[in-house]
Amino acid sequence: MSETSHSTPIRVVVAKPGLDGHDRGAKVVARALRDAGFEVIYTGLHQSPEQIIATAIQEDVQAIGLSILSGAHMTIFTRIMKLLHENKAESIVVFGGGIIPEADKIALKEIGVGEIFTPGTPTVEIISWLKNAVVA
Amino acid sequence: MSLEKPGEYPYTRGISADPGVWTMGQYGGFGTPAETNERFKMLLNQGLTGFSVALDLPTQLGLDSDDPLSRGEVGRVGVAIDSLADIEILMDGIPLEKISQVRTTANSIGYIWAAMFIALAEQRGVDPNKFGMFIQNDVLKEYIARGTQIFPAEAGLKLSVDVIEHIATKIPKWVSLAMSGYHIREAGSTAVQEVAFTFANAREYLDQAISRGVSVDFVAPTLFTFLSSNIDFLPEIAKFRAARRVWARLMREKYDAKDPASEKLRIFAFTAGSSLTAQQSMNNVVRTSIEMMAAALGGIQTMHVSAFDEALGVPTQDAATLALRTQQVVAFETGVLDSPDPLAGSFELEAMTDILESEIWSLLDNIEKRGGALECINNGYFVNEISENSYKLTQAIESGIKKVVGVNVFQSESAPFKPFEINPASESEQVASLKAVRAKRDNKAVTEALNNLLAVAKAGENVVPATVEAIKAYATVGEIVEQLRQVYGNWKPTKIF
Repeated sequence: MSETSHSTPIRVVVAKPGLDGHDRGAKVVARALRDAGFEVIYTGLHQSPEQIIATAIQEDVQAIGLSILSGAHMTIFTRIMKLLHENKAESIVVFGGGIIPEADKIALKEIGVGEIFTPGTPTVEIISWLKNAVVA
Repeated sequence: MSLEKPGEYPYTRGISADPGVWTMGQYGGFGTPAETNERFKMLLNQGLTGFSVALDLPTQLGLDSDDPLSRGEVGRVGVAIDSLADIEILMDGIPLEKISQVRTTANSIGYIWAAMFIALAEQRGVDPNKFGMFIQNDVLKEYIARGTQIFPAEAGLKLSVDVIEHIATKIPKWVSLAMSGYHIREAGSTAVQEVAFTFANAREYLDQAISRGVSVDFVAPTLFTFLSSNIDFLPEIAKFRAARRVWARLMREKYDAKDPASEKLRIFAFTAGSSLTAQQSMNNVVRTSIEMMAAALGGIQTMHVSAFDEALGVPTQDAATLALRTQQVVAFETGVLDSPDPLAGSFELEAMTDILESEIWSLLDNIEKRGGALECINNGYFVNEISENSYKLTQAIESGIKKVVGVNVFQSESAPFKPFEINPASESEQVASLKAVRAKRDNKAVTEALNNLLAVAKAGENVVPATVEAIKAYATVGEIVEQLRQVYGNWKPTKIF
């Protein structure tokens, strides 16, 4: 890997979609990404899919990380993927985390979500996955 | 060694000389009110002495089930409640006077929840003082850690105090506030921060209630504290003891309380969800058993044990039952209840209790110097302190300094697990039943009641009585909150991490 691929930091939005207020995981991931050299924008709580997509486009990010623990992930992730398509922003990598059952993880990958990280995943794993996913 | 006896000030050794069995409460609720009603009836038949109503996020955030923002969230993390019609279904066939304690996660909507049960009691001709209602109603910790805030913090505080004032003066049998440290701890705080931030919040509620002319001895006896019981066994026992001591001294020395009931801190312990792992999830049964043993030895009044599959999804029926059975085994087979505070005099435990007490006091002083809890919420101090510690904890696990079986040591492939599935039709069923309520009610009476609520809120009066009238007219949760939004505006998310 050349030095130039890291000359501009990767920009990423870490978002809390929907009504879920559990943001410990999202904030830990946001900090870990920042410490690893990413430029991180954290949305705060209670964001609609429309708000998240608007932030991502406005901030010109290469990736969106979504954290959701309320069980609304299928509805919300599906809506986000649809909005990305409508805004011709499919190049933005989408990943997520939270309390997400295995079967749903598979279904989410089928609609284009890059990866789902469930509880206990080391942040280094998320960082290295994201670096590869964005470069690719 | 201290000569203090159980049941004596400052209650380090417990609030009673003969505490008896704690109230066993399991958190539960999902889907439609009818589905939750069935589950509650089953739990009551299994011997529960109190139970809780988990509310879904739209309800907690004051949104109706057909609000566009509610999509995908209806009936997910709890039951959906839109109007009094749902409470009638939820409590169908359950005699109110037979229930020792109904707990709920209403915080930003505490006044609406109180109004719902005041209206239901009236309908059934039951005196509300004849049953126990335990309203969490601690909106300040929502801004710090739990995230279901609706209005700016000043307005949230005002509404919580409306509930506290109403209960203290009219329904003293109810718990008007569960001073919640659990969520602060779950967000990643230390045990000292958990207790200190919680009591600092409590001081905001108390000060405002007192400024309205309600005596501390009316308010304090209606309070509970809701704390985490985490995996650090001895420090957690010490925490419960230290929390009681700090509270008793706070009441006597800073608030000049005269009624001993004001000084006796009642504790609701909840095993730490964040200590549970998705990996090797059966290990969680062991973790929660140890955590609840710490709570039992710490002399608590009410307990919830988390289901082992909580890190994987909404608990399955079997896991919820096993959690209750865990409580029953500890309470009735181990002899842990034979004498209160049996570990008193242990050098290590007494030293830890003293150290925790002094650290809690110095953090409380620090918060006071910073202008109090409301100020520390609005300027981000609490949130930043918790984030710092939570990140440190994560790093300790990732570097292997803190060992977690199945996560960073002794890993193995987990067996496939079939999580609980929410009936996908719940959301559309709930929306249909909400529409039916709106079509059937007297809409003129609803408008009148809502206009009256708006006037009361604008005048700065207590909103509880006007909310009861609106609820009786079958106004919805969303309609009530929308009225108040006109007065208070919206909370704005903070983007710091």
